[in-house]
Amino acid sequence: MEITTRGFWTLIHGMGFGALYLLACSGALVELYRRYAPAAEDAPAARDDWFMRIYLAAMAAVAWITVFTGAYIIYPWYRAVPPAGTASLAAFPQRLLMASSSTIGWHALGMEWKEHVAWLAPICITMAAAVVWQYGRELQRHPQLCRIVLSFVWIALFAGGVAGFFGAMINKNAPVEGGSTIHLMHGE
Amino acid sequence: MHGTVREKTNVVRATGTGTTSLSNGAGAAAVLAAGFGSFALGLIATLADKSAGIKSAMIFSKPTGPLSGVTTSAIVVWLIAWVLLHVRWHNRTVNLGRVGAAALVLLALGLLLTFPPFADLL
Repeated sequence: MEITTRGFWTLIHGMGFGALYLLACSGALVELYRRYAPAAEDAPAARDDWFMRIYLAAMAAVAWITVFTGAYIIYPWYRAVPPAGTASLAAFPQRLLMASSSTIGWHALGMEWKEHVAWLAPICITMAAAVVWQYGRELQRHPQLCRIVLSFVWIALFAGGVAGFFGAMINKNAPVEGGSTIHLMHGE
Repeated sequence: MHGTVREKTNVVRATGTGTTSLSNGAGAAAVLAAGFGSFALGLIATLADKSAGIKSAMIFSKPTGPLSGVTTSAIVVWLIAWVLLHVRWHNRTVNLGRVGAAALVLLALGLLLTFPPFADLL
């Protein structure tokens, strides 16, 4: 069982940080609604309040790590231009997708949308983290602010979901592979 | 001086109970700045897609290409807007209905502008 270094980084970016962010995002929505929304019966306890602050700050960090690893580690491999006369496009995912009418949409719509929309997630979730960090339990006294923050977190989940979906589908059709090989396990 | 005193009256403090009611200004600043940042992202991405000159100017990092400049510029716009709005509003109570609506419209526009079929219509 082995994996290439490029495949490993794609795994870290998508199934590591990206998936963790999406899971955390749904948890954040539930907790924000349950503890801070005007409908919440009691103000969150001080311990829960601090937990939520740290949870959202960690989420923001994960979101930033996800977009930066995507843009500055994996994307350059994805968009690499093959030298003239290259017979196999396997190491050039963007060109591989663009070479066929049945896959060009994964680049033209999928990657073109994903590479930009993903950045809305860290912006929105950092804002949510900053507001919860500043207001804490006080947020219950600002129902309008809480509703707006929740709306931004929904968009942060949507943006992350779009990026995750297209990332998975693009990597299925034209995997980012190459570099040295990491041996994970020897076969029987 | 007078302005400072008036602004500080918006921070209601019930020291007897140990609770503090913060004004909504800091939250409004964060929300609106996020709206500006999101819109800036969509707008700059669209402009870079439409203009070869802007696309070339957005190449801050050659391996990543124009995406590096588009996202860095949007982050800079977002952070500058946040700092300016925070300095102006952090002790004040603002009309959150209008600020929130503006922020959500900017966010929606930013989201739409990142969607290639929509940007292609422009």
